[in-house]
Amino acid sequence: MSDFDDLYSEQIIEHSKKPRNFGELPNANHHANGFNPLCGDKLVVGLVMDGAGVIQDVKFQGQGCAISKASASLMTGAVKGKTAAEAEHLFERFHDLVMGKLPEGEDLTDLGKLAVLAGVREYPARVKCASLAWHTLKAALESSTDGAVISTE
Amino acid sequence: MNAMTEPKTDYDLATIRRDFPILTRQVHGKPLVYLDNAATTQRPNQVIEAEAAYYREWNANIHRGVHLLSQKSTDQFEAVRVEAAKFLNAFSENEVIFTRGTTDGINLVASSWGRANVKAGDEILVSALEHHSNIVPWQMLCEEKGAKLVVLPMNDAGELLMEELPKLLNSKTRLVAVNQVSNALGTINPVIEIARQAHAVGAKVLVDGAQSVSHMAVDVRALGADFFVLSAHKLYGPTGVGVLWGREDLLNAMPPYQGGGDMILNVTFEETEYKKAPGRFEAGTPNVAGVVAFGAALDYVASVGLSAIAAHEADLLAYGTKVLSAIPAVRLVGTAKHKAAVLSFVIEGAHPHDIGTILDKQGVAIRAGHHCAQPIMDRLGIPATARASLAMYNTHEELDKLGEAVRKVVEIFG
Repeated sequence: MSDFDDLYSEQIIEHSKKPRNFGELPNANHHANGFNPLCGDKLVVGLVMDGAGVIQDVKFQGQGCAISKASASLMTGAVKGKTAAEAEHLFERFHDLVMGKLPEGEDLTDLGKLAVLAGVREYPARVKCASLAWHTLKAALESSTDGAVISTE
Repeated sequence: MNAMTEPKTDYDLATIRRDFPILTRQVHGKPLVYLDNAATTQRPNQVIEAEAAYYREWNANIHRGVHLLSQKSTDQFEAVRVEAAKFLNAFSENEVIFTRGTTDGINLVASSWGRANVKAGDEILVSALEHHSNIVPWQMLCEEKGAKLVVLPMNDAGELLMEELPKLLNSKTRLVAVNQVSNALGTINPVIEIARQAHAVGAKVLVDGAQSVSHMAVDVRALGADFFVLSAHKLYGPTGVGVLWGREDLLNAMPPYQGGGDMILNVTFEETEYKKAPGRFEAGTPNVAGVVAFGAALDYVASVGLSAIAAHEADLLAYGTKVLSAIPAVRLVGTAKHKAAVLSFVIEGAHPHDIGTILDKQGVAIRAGHHCAQPIMDRLGIPATARASLAMYNTHEELDKLGEAVRKVVEIFG
């Protein structure tokens, strides 16, 4: 399966099959629905934000391809404990990564485990899959408690 | 292509394949296996050359010049109208309107015939198997007029529940809009029977032939349709060209779709008198080169023969069904008794988009998604499918490659 290691690495397959922080977050005070009309992928991101603007807890639910599920799973791990501003900055870095905008040899330390999704940059048709969870997170951060709906199109 | 393993066809498969230059190219370093023909077919050299030759030798505007090129361009354009009329067994070439494609044709009927004939409380019946292009224009019309969109349901195999049809048709039904072949599942619908029952309650019938015309001979008279729409690019012709066929009396009673040049008899600032069909519905300069190339596509299909194509595709469908059914994790979606050469499927544990990417890397081009038919996916309780759709030039060897590529997906996600 060497042809596919760049995109479907073991970590990605593993996260897609056993996503972390998957499920409902009953005490969420922010949430948003993400939708990719191109492929029908749908997910919900719920957040518990404290008074200081720190993401205390985050969970997601929904259906999608391996890339979108693995990305959502990795995202939840990456943003827990971060402020909204830090999470949004991380999204910008992640987006640059999957869009192939980061220069060769760029230090990816700040991206942590998210770097396993770097292979997506070779598959432009799949960038939306990798970024759906992040767009939804951003909408949740900006939402009131009523929730928001975000579409990749 | 290994001639030993290929079926006997009424045409020489190797010769056919040589006519399609794109089939010799590689993608991701692998030979292209093109199995996305329901999205668009490939074009033979004859079609590509016809379009180029038109631009090189004849290009001029039509219906308006006295010079030689304009006359010759007009002749070529109108000759394709006659050819398309014969292809559909229309009563007259005046019933053939050139459009941008199937979607454009349906929107023309919805805007023109629909606005003039559908009123509050009326009903429009569509089937559960429709493409969004045969749902949304009717939804828009219903919303505008206060009419109701009614849906003929289907079973788990993707077959319409014909026993429900009489219960859904009534004196309020103005139109029944149904595809002849489902793009998502390949189901061949009993259009003749649907049209017969629709006419019995006084409804008109629009048949979406986007997916049927490349697979079977179509006779609009035998179908009993009032309108029939198709796209050239799904029939080995160019993009941006389609045909709306309609009964001449209906067309001439319909108001124009778009206003402009070439659709008028006489214009003053007080009043405009319109041409009869087809001119009434062809405002502006049409896609002349595309229509000429569409004529070449019709010639090409006629030279191969639709019955020979249908026989070859039936063999491919049977073989492809066998190949995919042999893989335990694969489930075919859409198992109608009467089916065109479409293999929609899902794989346990693998999302169709991941299937599409992994197949693409192996050179196998398929469609992954809801196929612009979200209501079908909702009905079947799945978000999407992977779809291999076949054409006259596909081979057993290519279906074997599809099988190998699918096994790779199972290996990665198994």
